[in-house]
Amino acid sequence: MQLSDRDQAMLAGEMGPALKWALSHQLAVGRMFDASDLVDVSQAHMMADPESLGEAGVAFAEDLARSGARVTIPMITDPRGVDLNCYEPIGQTEEMADLERRFIHACREMGIIMTDTCINYQTIMPPVFGDHVAYGDTGVVIYSNSVCGARSNFEGGPSALAAGLTGRTPRYGLHLDAHRRATRRFRVQAQPSGLDEWGVLGATIGRMAGSYWEVPVIEGIETSPTSDEIKHMGAAMASYGSTPLFHLVGITPECGRIEDVGGEKLTTELITAEDLAALRAPFGARGEAVDVVVFAAPQLSLVEMQSLAGICRGRRRAGSCDVIVCTAASVYADASRMGFVRDIEAFGARVLVGTCFYQQYAREIGEANGWKRLLSNSAKIVNILGGYGYLPALASMEDCIASAEKGEVV
Amino acid sequence: MPIRIACHIGIGPVVTGEALVAEDNFSARYDLDRIRGVFSRPEHKLAGQSYRDKVLVLNTAKGGVATAWMLYEMVSRGIAPKAILFNSANTILAQGAALANLTMCDRFDEGDVTRLIRTGDLVEIRPDDGQVMILNRDQ
Repeated sequence: MQLSDRDQAMLAGEMGPALKWALSHQLAVGRMFDASDLVDVSQAHMMADPESLGEAGVAFAEDLARSGARVTIPMITDPRGVDLNCYEPIGQTEEMADLERRFIHACREMGIIMTDTCINYQTIMPPVFGDHVAYGDTGVVIYSNSVCGARSNFEGGPSALAAGLTGRTPRYGLHLDAHRRATRRFRVQAQPSGLDEWGVLGATIGRMAGSYWEVPVIEGIETSPTSDEIKHMGAAMASYGSTPLFHLVGITPECGRIEDVGGEKLTTELITAEDLAALRAPFGARGEAVDVVVFAAPQLSLVEMQSLAGICRGRRRAGSCDVIVCTAASVYADASRMGFVRDIEAFGARVLVGTCFYQQYAREIGEANGWKRLLSNSAKIVNILGGYGYLPALASMEDCIASAEKGEVV
Repeated sequence: MPIRIACHIGIGPVVTGEALVAEDNFSARYDLDRIRGVFSRPEHKLAGQSYRDKVLVLNTAKGGVATAWMLYEMVSRGIAPKAILFNSANTILAQGAALANLTMCDRFDEGDVTRLIRTGDLVEIRPDDGQVMILNRDQ
């Protein structure tokens, strides 16, 4: 790989042990993906919850901070795993909270801005077209690449941290034009309606595409989705397919016409109503008791909080069914000011701030609260939580609330 | 002569171990009970099986970014695979392997690695050379 003078100084340890680690890490990854050099990035975004980090990951970050590591570009964070103002009530332990406190302290020492959000593109500072960034959280990456036209690979926590320190990332994958061309062509026959249906569409395409290196181009969407709709579509596609980029013909910025991404040469694969129903089928559970309803993955935007508040107003959940809502701190502040949090809490829901359900020790809190049957309008979350011992089901926001009210899936 | 198969240059040290193979994908968050060291997702083809000290041979990576930290955490506790071979890794798995110094290779010249290697095979992986040897079988 071609290295600049500054890269070489970092690698030689002339700029301290943290930068030596960071550049060495980037070279090991870059070599595996044939990167020719490194590219400057304008922002980094790090996924790092204490369940993933464990003692080892927290100690790693503390060692870096102690060695003088400081980020050189704006660096923000994905949701935390513990809401430090609300962890005992949901069955999290002091040990979990302590790991979280230690990690937050190390991040602050390194100059990282604790935004704790997976909807930074709706709340903090969306990247611009052509912007090279180093983002973690697959939902953040797929939205930034596809909707904003920014350029990012999936950067796991360690690599996002390395990019925050060096201000660089290896130039491979989606930093290169060649990897942004369409490789699979899909035509949608049924228009999605509601966030859960956009999620199911994304999940279906993600499952069919099935690899990080496939780029779906999608025809047949008749009107531009809202930011929340395309957020759910992208998050589900990334979850099911490890997909980091898609193009919607006439809608997303790199694909005014299908020829712009080379899609006209590809064979069309139809997405039928039966395909969508098949994806949804395992998550049907009508008439069965529901233990917990979750709105998360991604965190709720202010508009989703308004919608949810409107559905909850004047109603009350069944005593046998808990309701959890996860949002970003900035959204929470606005949603409180607008009275949305009051209406959601009056329903009996718990609003968690700066966390996301599947990133906060989902197995342990499930066991602590007796949560098994879970209902959500997020296709992403129902995909993830099967491995955590839940029996997840998918429903619209309205049906989730009606089910919570009745205590069974409606 | 052991069977020698070529792959892309990978990450991590030279290791030898027993293969655990499935034509399925991989995410540490979605698929594993990392405390017990077993595949926990009921739909996974290796559900219930221990991955500790095994050379996992799988199709590709799926899902989220958490696996990058999780590989490091798993290795730190000594309840981790010895190596992972994929037909196609994604960036997250490579990044996690780099932090954890866990051996990982992908992109095999001879075709589908989940068919080239069988469960129970003894394999030696040389990431810097882009080579994997199946020691218990002759060419």
